[in-house]
Amino acid sequence: MSIEIKMPALSPTMETGTLGKWNVKVGDEVRSGDVIAEIETDKATMEVEAVDEGVIAVIAIEAGSENVPVGAVIAVLAEEGEDAATITAPLAAPATPASAAPAPQAPQAPQASEAASTPVAASAPAPAASTPAPAVGQSRGERVFATPLARRIAHDAGLDIAGVTGSGPYGRILRHDVETALASGSSLSSGSGQQMGVMTGVMAAVQGASELVPNSQMRKTIAARLQQSKQEAPHFYLTVDCEIDVLLAARKSMNELAPDGVKISVNDLVIRAAAMALMKVPEANASWEGDNTRLFSHADISMAVAIDGGLITPVIWAAEQKGLAEISAVSRDLATRARDGKLDPSEYTGGSFTISNLGMFGVREFAAVINPPQGAILAVGAGEQRPVVKDGALAVATVMTVTLSADHRAVDGAVGARWLQAFKGFVENPVTMLL
Amino acid sequence: MSETQFDIIVIGGGPGGYVAAIRAAQLGMKACVVERENLGGVCLNWGCIPTKALLRAAELRHSIDEMKDFGISVGEVSINLGKVVKRSRKVAERLSMGVKHLLKKNKVTVIEGAAKIGPKAGALRVVNVTGSGASQTSLQAKHVIIATGARARALPGIEADGKTILTYREAMVPADMPKSIVIIGSGAIGSEFASFYHDMGVKVTLVEAMDRILPVEDAEISEIAQKAFVKRGIEVLTSVRLASLKSTGKGVTATFEGDQAPVTADRAILAVGISGNSENLGLETTKVKVERGHIVTNQWAATDEAGIYAIGDVTGPPWLAHKASHEGILCVEKIAGLDSAHPIGDGAVPGCTYCRPQVASVGLTEEAAKAAGHKVKVGRFPFIGNGKAIAMGDDQGLIKTIFDQKTGELLGAHMVGPEVTELIQGYAIARTLEATEAELMQTIFPHPTLSEAMHESVLDAYDRAIHM
Repeated sequence: MSIEIKMPALSPTMETGTLGKWNVKVGDEVRSGDVIAEIETDKATMEVEAVDEGVIAVIAIEAGSENVPVGAVIAVLAEEGEDAATITAPLAAPATPASAAPAPQAPQAPQASEAASTPVAASAPAPAASTPAPAVGQSRGERVFATPLARRIAHDAGLDIAGVTGSGPYGRILRHDVETALASGSSLSSGSGQQMGVMTGVMAAVQGASELVPNSQMRKTIAARLQQSKQEAPHFYLTVDCEIDVLLAARKSMNELAPDGVKISVNDLVIRAAAMALMKVPEANASWEGDNTRLFSHADISMAVAIDGGLITPVIWAAEQKGLAEISAVSRDLATRARDGKLDPSEYTGGSFTISNLGMFGVREFAAVINPPQGAILAVGAGEQRPVVKDGALAVATVMTVTLSADHRAVDGAVGARWLQAFKGFVENPVTMLL
Repeated sequence: MSETQFDIIVIGGGPGGYVAAIRAAQLGMKACVVERENLGGVCLNWGCIPTKALLRAAELRHSIDEMKDFGISVGEVSINLGKVVKRSRKVAERLSMGVKHLLKKNKVTVIEGAAKIGPKAGALRVVNVTGSGASQTSLQAKHVIIATGARARALPGIEADGKTILTYREAMVPADMPKSIVIIGSGAIGSEFASFYHDMGVKVTLVEAMDRILPVEDAEISEIAQKAFVKRGIEVLTSVRLASLKSTGKGVTATFEGDQAPVTADRAILAVGISGNSENLGLETTKVKVERGHIVTNQWAATDEAGIYAIGDVTGPPWLAHKASHEGILCVEKIAGLDSAHPIGDGAVPGCTYCRPQVASVGLTEEAAKAAGHKVKVGRFPFIGNGKAIAMGDDQGLIKTIFDQKTGELLGAHMVGPEVTELIQGYAIARTLEATEAELMQTIFPHPTLSEAMHESVLDAYDRAIHM
């Protein structure tokens, strides 16, 4: 009996995925536990392990195939004593990959540097979903109803047709809808001048002055989630300066006294301070859910980590219950595995609050986009020496500017301000965050 | 007269008006049609339908000539013109009765008389109707749709007396057959009459100011139709502008600009286009804009005056019944707030001419497509390569398809030959569904049919035609 290997569901909400890479070829012998393929979901790259033993008889889905539905037969294994050559691909493989894209490269860990060892990153956090991620258009394996012409025009322009609203019968996407989307530029999956040429008739001035890069699932998810956030969540921003000389000194002495292998970063302290502030001002630990507002009891801190081709927000669960050494160890582990694309989906879905730190790039301050459905995100700038006024005299202090972006539906201005006040209190008096 | 208040009043009971009224009734609106003459309008009474009855007679007459090729001998043939015309009128009457029945079935009130738009009465618009014997009725409705159609355009200095100089209206009810006829204008109307009269044994001269007959059609198609006309013995004069057309009592003399010799004939038909029936509707008291006889509307058939709409021929070309009907439906659906209402897309209205050979088209001509900036792929397939056409003994003609090279959009389809007026809907559907060449190629066309030539034309655009 041959054994069908099917597209696994890597998370409860996963409907399709990209078959990134085959580690085996037809004729290879596999044992239970062997990593045979890598699956790219919208959030991470996962390994597929063989459950049974046998010889790979058929590879039904080529590497690089996108939108492979969960449950589709991706390969067939010949059992011992079975002639692999007699096994053919399943006739009615439910998989109909939309198109074969180049096999995605395995995410490479950035060069080891001070920055890389700090689990921090960009302004735009990647998806974390305590509720099933909202449909990105209807691209998750659902059939998109569009006319052939609409599909072709969208395809040629590099537009993800799933993000287009259809005006035809039963919501069918018409050529007009695609052209409107292209004209508005809103759903372009990449912003080269070529696409505008479709509408205006103006050809890109220089041939080859741009190139179309196919968007990964992750890219599309980031785009959809952040667009949703900015469109739906009324953002407001609160900024404070925190003096961190005391915190830096505390960190230094902690690291001197810490056992080998423990190295607390500024970011670890920021995570701890944020967690404590969320406990102190629990109204800020909230998420807007339409008829209800969800109040979180733990400070589940998502930390934005830049990875190859995007970013991801692994979660430090109940950070308020974790000591600095534990926060440091957990965050370092999550960041490393995030860059290697080895996170389990359960490690980056959920979270109640996000921290994004661009301090290592010398960014003084910035405003981050809220990571939906969370209610707030803290953007952390660089700690740098600045002139400050102390007791009426000019002095020099190390100052770190942080900006809280909050969803006004769930978090009011005064709540956000009180939270920032609490955060600043912990950062400037680090002893208090150890209590 | 019990009812005077309606949701919608439609002025004109032609293919635009009665269809709009029925659609309004389907959507639960109280609708009324005001018609001054015959339900069904020109289309049904004096246009599309009765001319098709006449052309069918001509076609049957022509087919007798071909019988011997099929091994059938026919005795002496004679035509009873009175019966031919009478049958045509009976067809028109039957359909007009059918429209009356449909309106009744849909509980649409029909009021006979000439309507004039009056002032606003609150949220409603007054429409005054002058019926037979000058009886006056005042109606009110929230929405008024003008669907008054059009009539033959007159040329300055030429009086169509209806005896020797005819419009389509007299031309379709001839009491006797002239020996010769000169037809001014080679659009659909002129070409159909040329075909009809010629098949009925009349010497026909067809005069066209443009450089080819059926000038709105693709040039290649026009050329083929023109050659077929000439081969049949119709005299075709193109690039010839009429200078004068005079009745000489028992005949007509047409003179032309330039060095074209005058043409004398027993009768003449004026088929130089039509003009909208926009007069005497009381529009001057409204914001409704009228340009060169045609009411100006937006894509939803709305005029500049809120609550007043216009559909069909009165709004301008293409003067086609199916366009009027479609506009009537979309206008009413828009009024009803239906999301499914869509404006008519560019080039979405197919056109059919029922001369022999038939001509049908939808979308852009090759020339227009190129002028619009498209890089095109053009497919051609002649009926001479189609088995069914050869078996039928009707293998002259061409199907031409025009695709956008970049997107594969079917920009236009143009046909001349057997039954093409029945075939064109295939391409019209393809365009509505926004099919590209790929779907048309993948579609299986049944064998043996004329429609296989449609498939082959698409294949040819991509150098894949099989039977050529």
